[in-house]
Amino acid sequence: LTGSHHPSNQVEQCKSPPSTVGKQGNMSSEPGNCQNHQDHDPDHGDAGPAKQTMPMPVPNLEVQYTKIFIDNEWHESCSGRKMPVHNPATGDLLCEVEEADTEDVDKAVQSARAAFQLGSPWRCMDASDRGLLLNRLADLVERDRLRLATLEALDSGKIFLMAYFVDLMATVKTLRYYGGWADKIQGKTIPVDGEYFTYTRHEPIGVCGQIIPWNFPVMMFAWKIAPALCCGNTVIIKPAEQTPLTALHMACLIKEAGFPPGVVNVLPGYGPTAGSAIAHHMDIDKIAFTGSTAVGKLIQKAAGDSNLKRVTLELGGKNPNIVFADCDLEYAVEQAHSGLFFNQGQCCLAGSRVFVEDSIYEEFVCRSAEKARNKVLGNPLVPGVDQGPQIDQKQFDKILELIESGKKEGATLECGGGPWNRNSLFIQPTVFSNVTDDMRIAREEIFGPVQQIMRFRSVNEVIQRANATHYGLAAGVFTNDIDKALTVSSALQAGMVWVNCYNAMSTQCPFGGFKMSGNGRELGEYALQEYTEVKAVTIKISQKNS
Amino acid sequence: MLRIVLSRTLPRISGISNCQYSAAAIPVPSAQPEVHYNKLFINNEWQDAVSKRSFPTINPATGEVICQVAEADKADVDKAVKAAREAFRFGSPWRRMDASDRGLLLSRLADAIERDTAYLAELETLDNGKPYAVSYSVDVPMVVKCLRYYAGWADKWEGKTIPIDGDFFCYTRHEPIGVCGQIIPWNFPLLMQAWKLGPALATGNTVVMKVAEQTPLTALYVASLIKEVGFPPGVVNILPGMGPSAGSAIASHMDVDKVAFTGSTEVGHLIQQASGSSNLKKVTLELGGKSPNIIMSDANMAEAVEQSHFALFFNQGQCCCAGSRTYVQDTIYDEFMERSVERAKSRVVGDPFNMKTEQGPQVRNTEQFKKILGYISSGKREGAKLMCGGGVAADRGYFIQPTIFGDVQDGMTIAREEIFGPVMQILKFKTLEEVVERANDTKYGLAAAVFTKDIDKAHYISSGLRAGTVWINCYDVFGAQAPFGGYKYSGNGRELGEYGLDNYTEVKTVTIKVPQKNS
Repeated sequence: LTGSHHPSNQVEQCKSPPSTVGKQGNMSSEPGNCQNHQDHDPDHGDAGPAKQTMPMPVPNLEVQYTKIFIDNEWHESCSGRKMPVHNPATGDLLCEVEEADTEDVDKAVQSARAAFQLGSPWRCMDASDRGLLLNRLADLVERDRLRLATLEALDSGKIFLMAYFVDLMATVKTLRYYGGWADKIQGKTIPVDGEYFTYTRHEPIGVCGQIIPWNFPVMMFAWKIAPALCCGNTVIIKPAEQTPLTALHMACLIKEAGFPPGVVNVLPGYGPTAGSAIAHHMDIDKIAFTGSTAVGKLIQKAAGDSNLKRVTLELGGKNPNIVFADCDLEYAVEQAHSGLFFNQGQCCLAGSRVFVEDSIYEEFVCRSAEKARNKVLGNPLVPGVDQGPQIDQKQFDKILELIESGKKEGATLECGGGPWNRNSLFIQPTVFSNVTDDMRIAREEIFGPVQQIMRFRSVNEVIQRANATHYGLAAGVFTNDIDKALTVSSALQAGMVWVNCYNAMSTQCPFGGFKMSGNGRELGEYALQEYTEVKAVTIKISQKNS
Repeated sequence: MLRIVLSRTLPRISGISNCQYSAAAIPVPSAQPEVHYNKLFINNEWQDAVSKRSFPTINPATGEVICQVAEADKADVDKAVKAAREAFRFGSPWRRMDASDRGLLLSRLADAIERDTAYLAELETLDNGKPYAVSYSVDVPMVVKCLRYYAGWADKWEGKTIPIDGDFFCYTRHEPIGVCGQIIPWNFPLLMQAWKLGPALATGNTVVMKVAEQTPLTALYVASLIKEVGFPPGVVNILPGMGPSAGSAIASHMDVDKVAFTGSTEVGHLIQQASGSSNLKKVTLELGGKSPNIIMSDANMAEAVEQSHFALFFNQGQCCCAGSRTYVQDTIYDEFMERSVERAKSRVVGDPFNMKTEQGPQVRNTEQFKKILGYISSGKREGAKLMCGGGVAADRGYFIQPTIFGDVQDGMTIAREEIFGPVMQILKFKTLEEVVERANDTKYGLAAAVFTKDIDKAHYISSGLRAGTVWINCYDVFGAQAPFGGYKYSGNGRELGEYGLDNYTEVKTVTIKVPQKNS
């Protein structure tokens, strides 16, 4: 459902000093550089770029946290049920985790409600101190970065180095970014008519339910809790049943950082039980969901059926990536490739409809297929591997079914097209050319390593075709022509448009969808609106003056 | 730290409600902290003055020399400006750095200062004379908070995209101004440094800072931390020196893009003039005040007395926002006076390293010391009633007794001029309208306060007062989040808060022709 910074850029940054370092290599390095290092001891003075080594996964990592986290304590599930958690790369059972259901949700809501009471430590806390707690949490994530990245790779099958350099980096940056916002969420004083003085208070909404997906488990966790906490809400968060482990480790760090009990509660569980209980709960004031459009509709309905809780949704996409003939071809091929294949294609942002201008179409297809063929599949913990397994059997089967439909409906299979390594969840990097807009692979979200390349002739045609979808999450445009870039980027119905780049995300920049891709925005200043109620206070005064 | 986060108990001696601390947590200070840095800090290196001159810095509690400090002059300012200009060059590490990384550097600076709180507080007390308990619990924590606050702004200072008429796409970039000269005073050496550096660095400027010749030591130590945490060379340059030489060279420099000054109104005039006669550099000024503090008869008496005492006597009276005209409604005047005198008489004056001390010496500045005593004489001469104090408080050092004048009239010198010492003026008033008019009858407009339980009076007075800050039922409440600055002769521009960023930003409007505009 989501992507992140362009992966190869990130890895490059960690291998060589970014250009910003310039000549002062002997100084303790500038922070952008330092953050990319494995060696992150703040006390070290001179970790020159030459000394850097690649991070390695923690060997024989033992899972420490497997219970439900309520009121800063670990609980067993009320039902006594547990759920298995597997390593998708091997099929091995990693551990069993307590399975939350309705009763556990009720307990968590009670705890979150108590933490939100007027006069509670959390409500009375200075905003700057909420920010300080988020900053401390970021420090702790940095300290445990290797462990979290290893856990993430084991649990989700994503490439360890990506987890380390992309997911964990984004997690730390998101926490720090919202740490900074906490005491900058400013109300206004408003020049109303009449003898009144009016001001607004930006108050937290209350108890927020948050349901997150399995494709970027720890990063989604940070995207959700950081704005909620910086605004002063309390949280009940349900990680995906496939990938609960990093969320539970985060719970432990939340306690260590010093958040008061009940402010964050983490409940591993399934959607139809725990997720549904959150969505229908009469004492949850707001729900934020990231996942499929189908489930997004259920969430919206549940809010309507229950207490009209506020809803924000980050849902699916079928994102157009438009490549004009005047672009830098090699670069565009590379960006379109990573724009689709990043994270095993399991991104809501995946550029899954690549529209290529007629005159460069053959060349583009040929180079794209070559890139896909060169991908190295295998154990995500091993350096040099580009692609891990899909998350589970259900997703695996769905992707293969869509690949078959592409073949049947007449698209040209350029490479891949089936499973890799029998009895596993790996799928060959697959490229289809001569895809037409009506094919299923051009209309449905595949969420796997399957790239569709279409042909177009004119600007107006491609705008119209790119927008002919019920999704509207992201889009890309590759061109060196400033007029085309600005025309296409304003015409596309999408929450993010990238010009001459793809997946270029940062915590400062809002993220969210038009149309059926969602509702509301995450990240950036915009996300704060999703976690605040505005209260207008008007006071009668004896005499108004400007 | 968590205790500080969670407990909201306010210590008695601090009226600054945002600075929470527990007196029990203050470590026993060393009264003779070692001085590590006494040179000029240019381009992340320690340098002697080009002239090789130095000046002594003095412990105001004893009058003894602490050490010699390199004395910057015009030639050193030129060197520092060159370094700052180079650090600001298009394509430099500082210019290319992610905004969030500028924020991270500021955060790390805050962490380093927090780590060295005890040492910095000792040094501040040694050099400035303020009580150690205050340096430790008020000044340094506020410095840390200010830097953390602006660290957060670095990547949140957003330009806009603007729906202009026609087929155009228009956006603004918030760009740093460039090389900023900053001249800071001796009354809150560390805190003023943070107020200046925080917004300037968060927005990406480079800095040439002149610190007051009376109190250069803590700023130089912070310079070493700036280097330690990894700011690129030339981004911050710190020059101890005198106003008429180094200060003037900054204000008149043709390659300094902006100057920010905190100090007297008199020197503020000179700074503005220097900008006009040189390169029209942008100017922000935080200057003097003669701030009214209005006590209505319905106020909580005990609270009003304590806060008014704090409003004037805090920091030995050396605050630009000192509540130096206390207007008390006639029906409670006598009781207020009696209690205020009692409170002033109980004020503990003495060795600033003693934990019980509330008031240390005035800053070592013979002229300033004489000036305060001169004002006290003028008060007596012009007919004000000396209620307590009125003289020097020790036979060495620069101590002055907490002094209160009653029956002060608006026309008296002590009611019109900034004294900048522990001398409180209490004036009587009858009506709301009268007091607002009298409170505003000054060339200054920095701060003001009103004590009342009546919501209408509170609003009437707070909107009627011509002052940049108005406190209601409190005084000297500073948060890094809230802007601070003066009306009229008290200054120009605002520091702190989001407003503080404006003074360090050039707005660039970029307009691009597009083939066809759509909403």
